[in-house]
Amino acid sequence: MRSAPPIDAFTLRRRPPQEKLVDIGFRQLTLVLAASVGIVLLAIFLTVFSGAREAMATFGFKFLTTSAWDPVNEEYGALIAIYGTLVTAILSLLLAVPIGLGTAIFITEDLLPRRLRDLIGLLVELLAAIPSVVLGLWAIFVMEPAIRPFLSLLHTTLGWTPFFATEPQGPGTAPAILILVVMVLPIITAISRDALNQVPIELRQGAYGVGTTRWGAIFNVILPAAVSSIMGGVMLSLGRAMGETMAVTMIIGNSLNFSVSLLAPGNTISSMLANQFGEADGIQVSALMYAAVVLMILTFVVNVMAQWIVRRLSLRY
Amino acid sequence: MSFSTPPTTNQFTERLTLHYDPALKRNRFNQVANAIAAFFAALAVVPLFLVLIYVLIQGGRLLSLRLLTELPPAPGLEGGGIGNAILGTIVVTLIASLIAIPVGVGGGVYLSEYAQDGWFSKFVRFGNDVLAGVPSIICGVFIYSLIVTTRIFFDQSFSAMAGGIALSVLMLPTVIKTTYEGLLLVPQEMRMGAYGVGASRFVTITQITLPAAFTPIATGVVLGIARAAGETAPLIFTALFSPFWPEGLFNPIATMSVLIFNFAIMPYEAQNELAWAASFVLVIMILGANLLARWISNASRS
Repeated sequence: MRSAPPIDAFTLRRRPPQEKLVDIGFRQLTLVLAASVGIVLLAIFLTVFSGAREAMATFGFKFLTTSAWDPVNEEYGALIAIYGTLVTAILSLLLAVPIGLGTAIFITEDLLPRRLRDLIGLLVELLAAIPSVVLGLWAIFVMEPAIRPFLSLLHTTLGWTPFFATEPQGPGTAPAILILVVMVLPIITAISRDALNQVPIELRQGAYGVGTTRWGAIFNVILPAAVSSIMGGVMLSLGRAMGETMAVTMIIGNSLNFSVSLLAPGNTISSMLANQFGEADGIQVSALMYAAVVLMILTFVVNVMAQWIVRRLSLRY
Repeated sequence: MSFSTPPTTNQFTERLTLHYDPALKRNRFNQVANAIAAFFAALAVVPLFLVLIYVLIQGGRLLSLRLLTELPPAPGLEGGGIGNAILGTIVVTLIASLIAIPVGVGGGVYLSEYAQDGWFSKFVRFGNDVLAGVPSIICGVFIYSLIVTTRIFFDQSFSAMAGGIALSVLMLPTVIKTTYEGLLLVPQEMRMGAYGVGASRFVTITQITLPAAFTPIATGVVLGIARAAGETAPLIFTALFSPFWPEGLFNPIATMSVLIFNFAIMPYEAQNELAWAASFVLVIMILGANLLARWISNASRS
C-alpha cells in the first residue's frame, strides 16, 4: 500500500538547478585553486631540475666538491657557495637563537609591565618587515665600516686559526653573518613568543606553587613544554637564512675563490644566483640551476624537518 | 618518646625564613638571568633603531617633489628621482595581488569549507608550508625559466608581468594560510544558521562565512602585499630594471627594491643617495602597511 502523497507545504525546498550548478561549480573552482599550490610546487621542482640536467650530466657530484667557477673554460663547481650557505646560516643561528629566545622570554614572562612588553614585541615585528635590500644597503654603508675595527681585532688576536686568517677588507662572510642575525632574529623571537604564550597558565602556577623562582620555572617547566615549537621555529629560520638573498649578496663580497676564513669575501648559492643569472648563458645557466637544485633540496629538507619536529616532539599536556 | 626531644641545633628554624633572601644562590641566579634577558631584548631592538634612523636621515633629507616625479639620472650624473621605480613597484605588486588574492582565498575556502581530512587536504597544507619555505630567489629562477626564456608573452623576455607572477608565487602561501586560519575561527553555528534558513553552500560562504572572516584575511593580505613590495631577489632577472617610465606590462620595469640593489653597488655618490631615498620611501610604505594591518585587527577586536 502506498502512503498518502506528501503535503506540499512540508516538502523540503527543491533546489533549483542553477543553484545546484553554482554550488557544484564553486566547489570545483576552489578545488582547482587549492590544487594550484601543489601544481606550482611541482612546476618549480620540475623546471629547476630540468634546467639543471645538462650540468648534472656534465659535472656530476664533482660539482659539489670542487670550487672552480670558470665561465671561460666552462668548469663549474659550487663548493664555495655551498660552504658559504651552510656557514653563514648555521653561525648566524648560533648567535640569533639565544638572543631571540631571551627576548621572547623577556616579553612573555611578566618581567615588564604589559605596555612595554607589547612595544618591544611590535618593534621586533617591524624589524621583520624591513626589506632585505634596505638592510643590505645599511650593511654596506653603516654596519660594515662600524664593525671593521672589531673584526681587525679578531684577526690580530685569533689570526692563527684558519677562520680568522685573513685581514678584513670590506665585504666578507662575517658581516654577512651579522646581517643574517638581524634578519632571522624577528622570526625566532616571534615563534618563540607564540610557543611560550601557548604554555598553559596552570603549568606556571604549579611551578610557582611549589616555590620555584621565575627562572627555575622557565628552565625546568616552561621551556621543556615549549621546546618542540621553538625547535620547529629554529629550523624554519635556518631555512630562511639559507635562502636569504639580497642582504647577503650585497655584503658577502661574492668571491669566486675558496677561503675558509670568515673575514674573507665569500659567496652563497643564493647570492651566486642573484649575481650571475641575468648575464649567464649556455652551460653556465645550467650550472646555476644545479646550484639552485642544491639550495632547494637543503631548504626542503630543513623545512620538512621543522614540521616533523613540531609534530613529533610536542608534549601532550 | 622520640618527638619529645627537640632538635639540639637550631639550623632548620634559622634557615626557614619566609622573607625574600637575595643572597640565596637561586635568587642571585634569577637576577643574573633577568639581566641577561633584558640585555638580549635590548640587543634585538637596537638594529631596528639603527636602520630606521639611518634610513630616515639619509633618505629623508633628499625627499622632494622632484624625487617622486623624475627619472633617475644616467650613471655619474647628479639629480633626478625615482618616479618610475615607485610606479613600477605599484604595478608589479598590483599584478601579484590580482593573481595571488583570488587564488589564495579560493584555496583557503576549499581547505576550510569543503576538504575532508583526507590525503588531498593534508597534501595541500603540507605543500603550502613547503611553498612558503621556498627561497624567493628560487621563485625568480622558476619564473625566469618558465616565462623569460620561453618568451611566451608576445615574444618578450624580461617583463613587468613576469615579475608580478614571480611575486604572486611568494604571496600565495601567506594568503592561503591566513584565509584558512581565518575561516576556521568562524563559529560553526553561523554556517548552520545560514543553511537553516535555506541558503545554498555558495551563498553561505560568500555572504556569511567570508565576511565574518574578513578581518584576519585582510590583515594577512595586507602583510603579504607589504612583503611582496619589498622583495628583490625574484625581480632581479624577471622584471629586470629600466631607467625609463613603464612601457606597458610586457616590457622590463623599474622597481624600488631593484633600484636600491643596483644603485647601492654603483661607485657614484648620486646613485647611492637615490638608493637611500628609495629605501626611505619603501620603508615608510611597508611600515605604514604593517601598522594598517595591525590597526585593522585591533579595530575589529574592540
